[in-house]
Amino acid sequence: MGFIWFWLVAIMIVAYVLLDGFDLGVGILHPFLAKTEEERSISVRSIGPVWDGNEVWLIAGGGTLYFAFPLLYASAFSGFYLALMVVLWLLIIRGASIELRSQIPIAVWRTFFDGMFCFSSALLAIFFGAALANVIRGVPLNPEGYFFLPLWTNWRPGPDPGILDWYTVLGGLIALVALAIHGALYLAVKTQGDLQSRARTFAQRGWVALAALTLISLPASIVVRKDTLDNYRAFPLAFAVPVIVLIALGGMHFFSRKGDDRKAFASSCVYLATMLVGAAVGLYPRLLPSSRDPAMDITIAKALSGPHTLQVGLIWWFLGISLALLYFVIVYRMFGGKVSASSEGYGH
Amino acid sequence: MDALFLHRIHFGFTITFHYLFPQLTMGLALVMVAMKTLALKTGNERYNEAARFWAKVFAINFLLGVVTGIPMEFQFGTNWSRFSRITGGVIGQPLAMEGLFAFFLESAFLGLFLFGEKRLSPLGHWGSAVMVWLGSWISGFFIIVTNAWMQHPVAYRILPNGTFEVTSFWQFFMNPWAWLEYAHNMSGAVITGTFVVCAVGALYLLENKFIEHAKIFLRVGVILGCIACVAQIFPTGDLHGRYMAKHQPAAVAGMEGLFHSQQGAPIVLVGQLNEEKQTIDNPLAANGVLSFLLYGTRAAEVQGLDKIPRENWPQPLPLLYYAYHIMAGLGTYFVLLMAVSAFLLWRGKLFTARWALWPLMLSFPLPYIANTAGWMTAEIGRQPWVVYGLMRTSEGYSKYVSAGSGLFTLLGFMGMYTVLSILFIVLVYRILYQGPELASGAPGPPTASAKA
Repeated sequence: MGFIWFWLVAIMIVAYVLLDGFDLGVGILHPFLAKTEEERSISVRSIGPVWDGNEVWLIAGGGTLYFAFPLLYASAFSGFYLALMVVLWLLIIRGASIELRSQIPIAVWRTFFDGMFCFSSALLAIFFGAALANVIRGVPLNPEGYFFLPLWTNWRPGPDPGILDWYTVLGGLIALVALAIHGALYLAVKTQGDLQSRARTFAQRGWVALAALTLISLPASIVVRKDTLDNYRAFPLAFAVPVIVLIALGGMHFFSRKGDDRKAFASSCVYLATMLVGAAVGLYPRLLPSSRDPAMDITIAKALSGPHTLQVGLIWWFLGISLALLYFVIVYRMFGGKVSASSEGYGH
Repeated sequence: MDALFLHRIHFGFTITFHYLFPQLTMGLALVMVAMKTLALKTGNERYNEAARFWAKVFAINFLLGVVTGIPMEFQFGTNWSRFSRITGGVIGQPLAMEGLFAFFLESAFLGLFLFGEKRLSPLGHWGSAVMVWLGSWISGFFIIVTNAWMQHPVAYRILPNGTFEVTSFWQFFMNPWAWLEYAHNMSGAVITGTFVVCAVGALYLLENKFIEHAKIFLRVGVILGCIACVAQIFPTGDLHGRYMAKHQPAAVAGMEGLFHSQQGAPIVLVGQLNEEKQTIDNPLAANGVLSFLLYGTRAAEVQGLDKIPRENWPQPLPLLYYAYHIMAGLGTYFVLLMAVSAFLLWRGKLFTARWALWPLMLSFPLPYIANTAGWMTAEIGRQPWVVYGLMRTSEGYSKYVSAGSGLFTLLGFMGMYTVLSILFIVLVYRILYQGPELASGAPGPPTASAKA
């Protein structure tokens, strides 16, 4: 049961990163790629009908995590208190920026919200990357299963790290670049003309940085946690995951150069998914490792909810996800194709 | 300021601000469904224009509901980690289900409703409005089930590691408290929605603008509002109150300011609670009415706070007492206002009765106050328990998040929400000022003026 719920939560996190990832990426690039008011309007409208639904994966994933692994939820959320509060504020700023920018036709108003949209999207990407790196690195759990991390200490990932150290900042950078490219490839799919060609150019140039960061990330993880590869050694088949990461990375570049934006975007999805799966394989069966003592690790067994709850949960989880997928198919079909220049809908 | 106090204020402040928006969107969703239904049945384009106008108001409120709602789910873990750890197996379930069954539905169909009118058939667009309404009401249900379990825990057992687990999925969702609370809460949301719709209708009539739409607003608003205002008191409030008297006597005693158990207990209409002397100062009371309301006979004995150990008294007691009285007083006023308005509407005089339009216009803030006061009654009434009878609030907050950190983020939220409030007022003012737009004969985008 623990195994199943570990992967169900992982799937929801992957879905969140793939979906909200591209609208975060559009946000990061928004003021840089979209120059004119018309382009900026298109850039925002390319995600207009879907960003909110994408963000629901975060809420639903968080709820499922809470339900399946209450101890993890309680420990991680209170331990990363300051960082999470910043994330909440950024989510508020970002949601408001997307929806409010078009409401009033004043250049200063729009420029301000364009800036806030970019700022909040970029910081969120960095925080999410850093969050994952924190989980991989581990935190100083006490015997009760709690911790409280300062935002930073001495920038070193030792037994008493801060939320930000060189390793987690590296994680943040990878997320920033990867999501920016993910967003650029999405924009290339959804737009035409100058905006599209700028998005393609960015994706191709940024790719070099992404490839370099990806190659650094593996040895960096091994330096920070010597046991990173234990699961891989036990199940050599798992080495397929990093191999797919590299293939997908290659695919992003290859298809983007060929102008096949859909396949390039799909490659980017595979890249993000396998990066996350790779991290999950390394973690399993831990949920939140200790930076001090492996005996303090929060493991699946320690954090799992009661058996009856989880059995019933399987039923409604699959039902709920099936419905959610159905809605997503409807919405993405309805709003498929290129974003048109003229606005439609209320207040946009 | 100690940590417990700060964590309570942290949640209390953010939830109070958050719920200003869902109470409107849940009520307004029903109003929009009514308008879209009338448009479909009568073929009168004015109804579609009216629905489109309210969709703009809805969109802004929905957005603020979403961005202020995400912190609510997070705060279970960030500020109330010990509570979450013990109860996650129970209340994590409805919270996860809310995401899966309500938010996905709501966000997907809101996109279709707001952006897809031209791509959908009239029936399809009506369907998207219905789905948005369903999504928002299902969402409300999951939250109420969560709260109802904290108020009145059912269908649980304690596992060897000290955490709670649900023993029966069915009984958990069939918690009687949940259904009573849900009915009471949802009619409260409809009251907020309809009062806002009526206020704008009255404003336009008094201003002599958008007359046709204003009449639609008032007609739909007064009819739905009148039903909701009556339902708020009877049966939902009445039944909920009786059930509460049975299961949370301390809360009811606190709400009524009843320090001493007595037969033929009076109901205090106005008066100031004096906790030191354990009495009500300057009471304006009706004898025997409380006994009658709770037990159906004036002779029944109502349990006072004297039967309850001091450490189990709800705190802060005076706030509980006032919150309840504000809610009940306003609820009574709502029935009067809506009954008079409905009568005038029936006689065909409402649209010209300026003396009735003025209070309709000015009363829209009151349901917000009443809904907030009602929730304060429920939440303070449950104290000192976070899960009634099982876990004290003082055992639930995050022990490793200091009071200083709590205050830091509380102030952050206060600043952030102040800015949001200002933006909200500016944007809603702008929508009201522009008014509903005529769609007939103008097939272009409905808000061509919004293009720079």
